[in-house]
Amino acid sequence: MTTPLLKIEHLTMRFGGLVAVNDLSFDVRKGEITALIGPNGAGKTTVFNCITGFYKPTEGRLGLKHPDGKTYLLERLPDHHINWKARVARTFQNIRLFQGMTVLENLLVAQHNPLMLASGYSILGLLGSKSYLKSEKAALDKAVAWLERINLIDRADDPAGDLPYGDQRRLEIARAMCTDPVLLCLDEPAAGLNPRESLELNALLTSIRADGQTSLLLIEHDMSVVMAISDHVVVLDYGVKISDGAPEEVRNDPRVIAAYLGVDDDEVAAVEAEVGL
Amino acid sequence: MTDTTHSPSPDAFNLKQALKDAGFAGMVTFGLCVPIVAFRAEQDMANKLVLQQRWWMALVITGLVVVARFLFSLHQHSRRNEHGPQTSAGAAGVLALIKPYLAPLGFGFITIYPLMMLAMHGPGGSIKWIDNFGIQILIYVMLGWGLNIVVGLAGLLDLGYVAFYAVGAYSYALIATKVIPQTFPFLGVWAFWICLPISGLLAALWGILLGFPVLRLRGDYLAIVTLAFGEIIRLVLINWVDFSNGYAGLSSIPRPSFFGIPFNASDTGFAAVFGLEFSPIYRTIFLYYVILVLSLMTAYVTLKLRRLPVGRAWEALREDEIACRSLGINTTITKLTAFAIGAMFGGFAGCFFAARQGFISPESFVFLESAQILAIVVLGGMGSLFGVVVASIALVGGIEILRELDFLKEVFGPTFDPSQYRMLVFGVAMVLMMLWKPRGLISTRDPSVIYKERKAISGSMVQEGHG
Amino acid sequence: MAIFIQQLINGLTLGSIYGLIAIGYTMVFGIIGMVNFAHGDVFMVSSFIALLLLLVATTLFGFGLVPALFLVLVLGMLITGLWNWTIERTAYRPLRGSFRLAPLISAIGMSILLSNLIQVIQGPRNKPVPPMFTQVLPLFEENGYTVGIGYKQIVIMVVTAVLLGLFWYIVQKTPLGRAQRACEQDQKMAALLGIDVDKTISLTFVLGAALAAVAGVMYIMYYGVINFSDGFVPGVKAFTAAVLGGIGSLPGAVIGGLLIGLIETMWSAYFSIDYKDVAAFSILAITLVFLPTGLLGRPEVEKV
Repeated sequence: MTTPLLKIEHLTMRFGGLVAVNDLSFDVRKGEITALIGPNGAGKTTVFNCITGFYKPTEGRLGLKHPDGKTYLLERLPDHHINWKARVARTFQNIRLFQGMTVLENLLVAQHNPLMLASGYSILGLLGSKSYLKSEKAALDKAVAWLERINLIDRADDPAGDLPYGDQRRLEIARAMCTDPVLLCLDEPAAGLNPRESLELNALLTSIRADGQTSLLLIEHDMSVVMAISDHVVVLDYGVKISDGAPEEVRNDPRVIAAYLGVDDDEVAAVEAEVGL
Repeated sequence: MTDTTHSPSPDAFNLKQALKDAGFAGMVTFGLCVPIVAFRAEQDMANKLVLQQRWWMALVITGLVVVARFLFSLHQHSRRNEHGPQTSAGAAGVLALIKPYLAPLGFGFITIYPLMMLAMHGPGGSIKWIDNFGIQILIYVMLGWGLNIVVGLAGLLDLGYVAFYAVGAYSYALIATKVIPQTFPFLGVWAFWICLPISGLLAALWGILLGFPVLRLRGDYLAIVTLAFGEIIRLVLINWVDFSNGYAGLSSIPRPSFFGIPFNASDTGFAAVFGLEFSPIYRTIFLYYVILVLSLMTAYVTLKLRRLPVGRAWEALREDEIACRSLGINTTITKLTAFAIGAMFGGFAGCFFAARQGFISPESFVFLESAQILAIVVLGGMGSLFGVVVASIALVGGIEILRELDFLKEVFGPTFDPSQYRMLVFGVAMVLMMLWKPRGLISTRDPSVIYKERKAISGSMVQEGHG
Repeated sequence: MAIFIQQLINGLTLGSIYGLIAIGYTMVFGIIGMVNFAHGDVFMVSSFIALLLLLVATTLFGFGLVPALFLVLVLGMLITGLWNWTIERTAYRPLRGSFRLAPLISAIGMSILLSNLIQVIQGPRNKPVPPMFTQVLPLFEENGYTVGIGYKQIVIMVVTAVLLGLFWYIVQKTPLGRAQRACEQDQKMAALLGIDVDKTISLTFVLGAALAAVAGVMYIMYYGVINFSDGFVPGVKAFTAAVLGGIGSLPGAVIGGLLIGLIETMWSAYFSIDYKDVAAFSILAITLVFLPTGLLGRPEVEKV
């Protein structure tokens, strides 16, 4: 087992009286693909929103340890620092591309912070300094490399909103990757994809893992994706963790089966008694 | 008035329906005219209101609406049967053909415009054309370009832009009439050139001060708060008499010099130095070129910034603020820079305005001005610099032309005052233009960076921002 | 203390007028999410309609003041409703569902159009209205200062209260009100369930205008003068009231209106009359910055 990259400890998120996530703890390990699964309304996206700074958790600690040893407490960072300093990137359940900007522009916006520094907060950029032009060229090269990798290079100058759904999903992942994240959080990346696109997505995600720079955390409903690519699965139901382990372990966990099939609590108890829990 | 399309087949013109619609529109119009048109309350000698009856006017208006509604049905019918897309494609083709020449041609025209006018109308007659049309339109082009950064690029709806225009104008007026004469009187002749950057910076500072608390508001709320700020600044200028001289305004504001050489009839004046006969036209022409350069600077900086990370972040913010935050963009700072830079150009324009008029009062900075600038930006097409120019010429030039309609007095009698109808026509035009082109004249977006091929992005794709 | 109570009475009177206008803003914003910028000018037009109808009823037909006012109120509500119906139909409905800024610009254009139309057809000068209900009912006296409530203030508050009650009944208990609340929640779903969304929105504009017409009658009665440019400032203040109360909330609009009326009169009485509008606008800004949902508004949850 490798070292944990992100340690989630006792995470609780309440909205008024509603407890969306209750005392959740799990690890996302370095170099692995971790899947967060659970029935609708289990609180998965809430966990994502806490990790990526869109919600401030009611309680709990989200410790992210970089390879260089530096530790960031995500719950304390301002939202834009989560990407820029802690280097956590994400995608969204309802794709959030900059639809009216071209595919290439989308990938350049993702490199905003380094480019902003290179442009001397626009002053050097306005003066057209050489060092800025060099950084801009590097940023373009990086964007082009990603476009080649996701097979969208031919559509670089088209507006992102014109792309078919599956391409938009991949572009959103490439955009997140352009921020050089150590942790990439994907919110239902396979939703709405056809089987062929789904396989392409699997290949893309495993290749990102193989690069070794980025670990992945994904929410997914498509079990074929989860079982095919993830190293570690965490199951959530009603905001509580009900299972945590390797894909095969989780698949056979009666509590998981009960949660997904929606049986009554006493039936769960009966099943649990049967398997001796 | 009703756009219900009941025609049984697309080819037959449904006369009965059209007449019914026209009749209905007429009935509604007549209902609207009672009592507001059919009666008029006039004060008599004793200051008492007496009624005048003008049923003829209500009937005339009703008749006009009936005819207009019928013609509208006819027009819609013919448009349905026309091969619409072809004609518009043809127009687009022509536009594409002349597009490469448009910029140099337009640039050439605005550069020689004052000289052309001078040649056509002589020194006396050309002032009106250079000042009322040239300078006036260019001021609005500059204001439109400044506001375009805030509304068009960053997608932040600002209804109080005139506040920064006022800050620029009052900064110049106060510094040039109160501070400089008391501290560095020898700099008096340079006042405009010293105060221009100061006015812009002060306006930017106010943009940051006002923007900081409100930029987290979204949508129409931001619009209303900016409107409130615009009104607060105007009301303070009216009421704080010690500071701004209230309603009376500030007068004898120094006019710009030709880089140190004043435009006056003295021996050291512009005309004498260059061996010309004294005429006010030189100053007008000079002012024209000053505002031209200022506007072009605005356009240049905007175009440059759009291709820099900050400009791309503005547009990304307009497209999707949440995605921006997920990419590590500090949305507050990004919005503030848009607000401050937009305000700065407003401040430059205000400084120029004060120097051109020589007199300013709060009357020049009413909400209507903000509305007019915003209308120019939206009508031009959000984010399009060229659209702003076209919209400024149409709206500002149109208003100025309405001033020229004195000949209508001969048609409608001496009591007819066409200037009364100016703002009425302006309001009607604003509504009609929105109905005609809700996304503005130029709704396509030009990408800020290209890999292989430049493709215009259709306006339906571009988001309008939520802030 | 006496002065305070007197200002309280004045403030509540003024606040009733603001509250009536504010409902028009809040209802339209609630149902189509648009700031109806022209609403202040609709109110101004309604004041002119009321003034002209009053003159027609009293001078041409020789009605007494009370029956004339009743007639003016009813006819004024109808005609102003027709105005707002026409405005929505021609300037806003074609833009529904298109670019978000287009209806706002159209509304600003409509506001300019209305005020200048009135200037052209009724002239630019102030119209003084013959004074009505000039008697004052003395309440009590303190240190030689008599606190009184004007008959017209009583009329304004009573009429406002009665009409608000009626309006409340319409929105809460009738099918129209139910359709309106459904459209507010989800227009598409409402349409699928057989609600005529266009008609409901039109009726919302008519109702808002009818209440603005009541405010118009009260305004000329209270101030005794009207001018074509009198729509903007009361309009912005009423919008402030709607925001302060929580935009979208009907009781919020009334409470906001009363608060703005009170703040304005108290500010004029105790601080400076010159800065009363600055105070109102500052409250708008402060409310939005610190309490964006207003007093009774629903909190907005950011969906990610």
